[in-house]
Amino acid sequence: MTESILKVEQVSLAFGGVKALTDVSFDVKKGSVFSIIGPNGAGKTSMLNCISGRYQPNEGNVIFQGNNVTNLDPNDRADLGMGRTFQNLALFGHLSVLDNIMVGRHHLLKNNWLTGPLYWASGAQKEELEHRRIVEEVIDFLEISHIRKAVAGTLSYGLRKRVELARAMALNPKLILLDEPMAGMNLEEKEDMARYILDLNEEFDITVMMIEHDMGVVMDISHEVMVLDFGKKLISGLPDEVMADPHVKRAYLGIEDDLEEAS
Amino acid sequence: MSSLTMRPCGDFRTSYKQDNTIFETKTIRMMAIIAILGLCTAPLFLDGYYLTLFIQISYLGIAALGLNILVGFTGQISLGHGAFFGFGAFASAWLSTSLHIPVFLSIPLAGFLTMAVGMMFGLPAARIKGLYLAIATLASQFIIEDFFARADWFSGGSAGSSADPVNLFGFLFDTDQSFYYVALFALVFMYIWGCNLMRSRDGRAFVAVRDHYLSAEIMGIKLNKYRLLSFGVSSFYAGIGGALYAHYLGYVSAEGFTIFMSVQFLAMIIIGGMGSIKGTLMGVVFMVFLPEVLESGVGVMKMTDWGNIPLVVDGLAYIKEMAIGLVIIGFLIFEPEGLAHRWAQIKNYWKFYPFSY
Repeated sequence: MTESILKVEQVSLAFGGVKALTDVSFDVKKGSVFSIIGPNGAGKTSMLNCISGRYQPNEGNVIFQGNNVTNLDPNDRADLGMGRTFQNLALFGHLSVLDNIMVGRHHLLKNNWLTGPLYWASGAQKEELEHRRIVEEVIDFLEISHIRKAVAGTLSYGLRKRVELARAMALNPKLILLDEPMAGMNLEEKEDMARYILDLNEEFDITVMMIEHDMGVVMDISHEVMVLDFGKKLISGLPDEVMADPHVKRAYLGIEDDLEEAS
Repeated sequence: MSSLTMRPCGDFRTSYKQDNTIFETKTIRMMAIIAILGLCTAPLFLDGYYLTLFIQISYLGIAALGLNILVGFTGQISLGHGAFFGFGAFASAWLSTSLHIPVFLSIPLAGFLTMAVGMMFGLPAARIKGLYLAIATLASQFIIEDFFARADWFSGGSAGSSADPVNLFGFLFDTDQSFYYVALFALVFMYIWGCNLMRSRDGRAFVAVRDHYLSAEIMGIKLNKYRLLSFGVSSFYAGIGGALYAHYLGYVSAEGFTIFMSVQFLAMIIIGGMGSIKGTLMGVVFMVFLPEVLESGVGVMKMTDWGNIPLVVDGLAYIKEMAIGLVIIGFLIFEPEGLAHRWAQIKNYWKFYPFSY
């Protein structure tokens, strides 16, 4: 737990005059569950986009497993072992759940437009079936075997979130970035999701970095919490320390004086 | 290729291989094999006219499948498919007559040559989308048409160029009956190729790029590469279809490969069903048979009392043309998802009859 898997060094990101991120630096320890919290518009998703390659920061570096990935294309990061899910559902709506998850194996498969169609002759079938076996393990783990043939676009919200997690897991990631994995879920689904996150962290040895608004979940399952506010890092540390910090209370949780005034 | 369909009792799958077949059930596969065997015997009892129609379905069907891979599966658009079809026809004729490459080799080679040209014109496709892309591909249509008119060494200019019949180890496929088998083989081969493409890595990547390009990129799919490759595969199919056309007719001239042909290909896949391989074939069969059916309808009309009204007799040709347009508009309104979707609904209805729930 001491070695860091991801280092973010003084990352700044601006859209014109709007500064989304200012000088944010942090380390994610290998094997940990790292959460980012903060009010809406604090730059949490921008931070995640900088790490996954959607945005390129104006300044600063993102170092993943010792490689500087700041200016790398998003598709090349999959090879390095970085997976993510999206805040708004981003499944391939017309593909079946199984095919969605198989897309996650894309960068590990070798067959192409010439050898794939020569299915039986080129060994593409053997390869596909081998990867199918691995995908089935992920499906078993996330308990979605009953919907594996369903078209992804027809599923309920909670299940789609789970399929998205499965797809990200199929990448064989070292680090998985989860953007609000529990938004819009009921208590039972949240409990399930929290269990999956803990299990994939412990059993599959995947480092988890997530954005989440549910403070109960964040405090329960995180090893480390970072607070962003107006694009700046307020504090990071153990969940209890962060909770106790007066700045955090003011920025995000609301201090008791305010509550009393409000009531 | 998998979908959520009801499987009949007793259809147990005990391996992933059994779960990943082209045809959903064993019965469907048997029926497809029987249908192909049945088609093999067709020249024995069908006359040349119907064989011509089938050969037409074959080369148009191959080219239309290419367009469906581009438009239906990858979500791009192309208004230049007719020109690529023509390029394949000229390329194969040129390869076999000028370079003396055997015809059965020149057909796939023409496919690859068309693929290269298609990818060249597809370069902007990696960068622009929607209507803008439609206009950009329209440019490819006109550029290639102009090329046919000017490049005498390639296309024979206004005189056109002749293409040798398919010659396999001394056996000439120069009649309708013999070419029918070439067309059937090519159709089956290219459709199986398409089915396998869609159930392997790159086919899934195409659909992923269409459905959600942002998350496709995160999954490690290089967007530009796959948009370009889709253009390439689509042109490859167009080239094969065009080459078959050339060697069937034995003569190619530039007049046929206009924007009208490109639009006709689009109509075929819209009627058949975008993003469906069997739908493509249905759309092509529909578009080939529709004028024939209407023609015979006109014939029937001439025999009735209506046939005596001069206005009707004079206008029959126009009525036929209008009816084609009307049927297509009807399809767009009542069945926008195409024949493949309607077929699935009919199948479900019979499967659950009389309990529709």
